[in-house]
Parts: sequence; C-alpha cells; structure tokens
Amino acid sequence: MAEPSTEDLKQTPLYERHVSAGGRIVPFGGYALPLQYPTGIMTEHKWTRDHAGLFDVSHMGPSFLTLSAPTSDTAADHAAISALIEPLVCGDIAGLKPGQLRYTLLLNDKGGTVDDLMIGRATEGGTLYVIVNAGTKDGDFALIAKTVGDKAMLHRADDRALLALQGPEAVNVMAALMPEATDLGFMQFGDFDCNGVPVTIARCGYTGEDGFEILAPASSASALWDALLADPRVKPMGLGARDSLRLEAGLPLYGHDLDETISPIEADLGFAVSKRRREAADFPGAERILAEREGQLTRKRVGLLVEGAPAREGAEILDASGAVVGVVTSGGFAPSLGKAIALGFVPPALTTPGTKLQVSVRDRAQPAEVVPTPFVPHRYFRKAI
Amino acid sequence: MTTKFTPDHEYIRVEGSTGIVGITPYAQEQLGDIVFVELPAVGKVLKKGEEAAVVESVKAASEIYAPVTGTVIEVNGMLTNEPGLVNTDPENAGWMFKIEIADASEIDTLLDADGYAELTL
Repeated sequence: MAEPSTEDLKQTPLYERHVSAGGRIVPFGGYALPLQYPTGIMTEHKWTRDHAGLFDVSHMGPSFLTLSAPTSDTAADHAAISALIEPLVCGDIAGLKPGQLRYTLLLNDKGGTVDDLMIGRATEGGTLYVIVNAGTKDGDFALIAKTVGDKAMLHRADDRALLALQGPEAVNVMAALMPEATDLGFMQFGDFDCNGVPVTIARCGYTGEDGFEILAPASSASALWDALLADPRVKPMGLGARDSLRLEAGLPLYGHDLDETISPIEADLGFAVSKRRREAADFPGAERILAEREGQLTRKRVGLLVEGAPAREGAEILDASGAVVGVVTSGGFAPSLGKAIALGFVPPALTTPGTKLQVSVRDRAQPAEVVPTPFVPHRYFRKAI
Repeated sequence: MTTKFTPDHEYIRVEGSTGIVGITPYAQEQLGDIVFVELPAVGKVLKKGEEAAVVESVKAASEIYAPVTGTVIEVNGMLTNEPGLVNTDPENAGWMFKIEIADASEIDTLLDADGYAELTL
C-alpha cells in the first residue's frame, strides 16, 4: 500500500519535537512520525527493555463513548452503554469494574477482525474509554457511531496527544511526576491532574513491559513530553523500536497479523473472547468462532525462531519437506534475543512448540522452529491483592 | 588506487584489476543497525547493476548491487558473525566482497568522490 508523500500527512502535536530531536520522519497511518532517532532502533529498543522509552502514539484513536441520557444510577448506566457496544465486540464489557480496561476485538459478521482495541469503564457511569488503531480509526468510529445511534455519543479524542511511557523504570519516572498514577494496576485507567492539566492515564502498553499511556490536551503535549524526557531514565522511541518491541512481546499488529479475514481464534487471541459472551454466543461471527474454538480451524498464528536472515512479512512458511504451509505476517530481528523472529499462520497440526519448519527468504529455505510467544517474557505490573 | 561510487551508495576501491566493494558511510547511516549480511558465493559472475548482496537492518532488507561486471573472488567472512562492522567501519573492516573486474572501462562510468558527495548533500 503506497503511503502519501509527507506533505499530505497529518502531524501530531509533538511533530516539532520529533524533528528537532533528529527523528527520521516517515509516513505511518496517515501521520508523519519518527521511525527512529539518531541512536537507532537497536539502542532505542534495548533502552526501553532496560529503562524507560517514551513513544508518541497520538496517531492512534482514543475516544469516549457516553450515554446520551445518563441517570444517577452508575451501574444501570454502565449496563446500558455496554449493551450498545457489545454487539460489535467479543469482550465482556458489562463485566468491567470501574477503571478497568479490556483488550477486545471489533468483529465483522464473518467473525473476521475489523480492529483490535481497548475498552475501559470510566469511574463515572455511562462512559467508556475506547482506543482503536490509527489506520482503522475513521471506519471504527463511523461503525460505532452508527451502531449506538442516538442513544450514545462518540467523542473522538484523537486531536489530543497520546504518550506511551514503557519500560521497567516507567513506574519510577511516573512516581516523580504524577505519583497518584502509580496506584493504577495493570489494565486500569483513570483521570488525573498533572500540574493543573487534566490527563487520562492507563497502565498498559504495546511493548510487554510495565508502562503508562497518557492522554493529554494537545496544548500541553510538548510540556509533558519535555517533562518526561527531563528524567535521565527516559529516552524517546520511534516506530521502529515500537514494532520490534511488540514483536518480541508476541503482540499482533493490525493490518499484518490481524485483518478482516482472520478470526480471534486463528490469531491465538481466544482469551479476548470473554466467557460470558461465548456462553451467550451473542457476538458477530459467533458460529464460526465457537466452532474454531472446538478445533475446527485451518490456520493458527504461531511464533517462529528463524535461523539466519530475518523472514519478513509475506515470506512463505514451509514444512520440513519444503511444502508451503503458511505465511509470515510480521518478522524481523529481535534485538533482545540477537536472533530473527516472526509471527505467521500455519495449520493447527504444525503449531506445537518445537515443530521444525522452514521459511523462504529470497528463494532459499532457512530453518525455523515454532516457539511459544511472547518471545521475550511480559513484565506487566501485577498488583498484590 | 582509486575509489568510485554508484548512485545506489556502493563504493568500489580499485586495486589493479580487483575491486573491493562495500557501502558508503552515508548508506550505513540510512540503513541503521545492520543485523545480517548475505554475501555472494565466491566464483559467482555478476553483471554491473545485478544484486550482489543483501544487508538486513532491524526493520528491512536492502539489496547491494554490483558496481561493475566481474567475478567474486573473496567475501568478508567477518560479517557473518559481526554484521555491525558495516555500521562501525563501512570503508575498511566492513567491506563486503572483492570482484575481479571484467571490463576496466566500466570504472570510468562510476561517480568520483566529488560526484558522489553532491548526490548525498
């Protein structure tokens, strides 16, 4: 897919910061964003694994979905707003606790994935925090708005800045700047005051590390960016490191490892099909997805450890005899492992860890072994109960 | 001894009838951290402009083209274990292959240092 020239691209509120820091600007999801800063992807990647990396993810699609006529009964309002969005997704939204986020999937009638997204229940009743992907946001927002009709209002927040602070030292950085936010558990969010600026902070991310995503007004974005970078534990990260970090964490990238033909079960995201929704079979494509869950499927996403040159997206996966059995949907070099890794789809019979496969790189077969994902263990923050 | 350049950012250092080929400091910087280098087989006959090697960065693969026609007579085996030499010392330790030049007149068609420098301004 051809990306437009940089003149046609949207800029995030932090564009000037990226340019002045020497970021190499590339088109991504319709936005001009830094691929990397001068030190390069490898150094950036390792810094996030060891310390804290700061990402501008303002191109994504944060939004708030609110009931048009809320009552004073917050439980009833949450049930009402959940009932409006649940027909589009496979997650249990009604069951969310106040301040809790859930990873879920927007599905089409065939059970294919329209997008992967986060939905959170605000502490006040009748409001959901919905964060979708950059490349799909216009379609997602239109679909959600049409589905909820006049019963709820979708307020896009993608004119604001969204910053992701990720890494083992992220919590210590936040403790110095916004100590209240460190009370959040993994997959919790809330509204905070940061030196007079209203921000929404979620404890989540896309690197496999502990971290925070901060939604802030565009007018405060640069000051917040600067304040976070003033901490010597924090360095700015580009899209390159974001991609290599999420790949090591085994997290799918929409448009690559997920698309409108791929179901949650095929994508090995069965956990995102909530129990209550499975039992009710009341989500789009339920018939297919439930049958696949019982084993009736032809392909499944796996992780591959690749020997030799990286196998990139589109590379064929071969079985031991050399027959084509699947395709790589994301692949590259894993800086934390010093090896090439890939995500791809193969028949279920070939998904057992240890299965010896091959990948075709420049018409040559290279050994590849099925391994469990994540490739690098997740280190999310788990609150002691 | 003379060094010439292609518009695709390869250099060839000509020593008699042999050329040592690699990529320029500008090219390695554009590519970023190089994690894998695929070298041609010794004895392979390459035509000018033909794909000779591939360098892989974290993000992408990039082809390296033969600056002139000739036969590969040696490759830099150090790059198998230390592909990063292409980043740290592209013009010396990070060379890629030596080629026996088939037609010396092809050298004259390449860019000289000034011509290449203008290209990367």
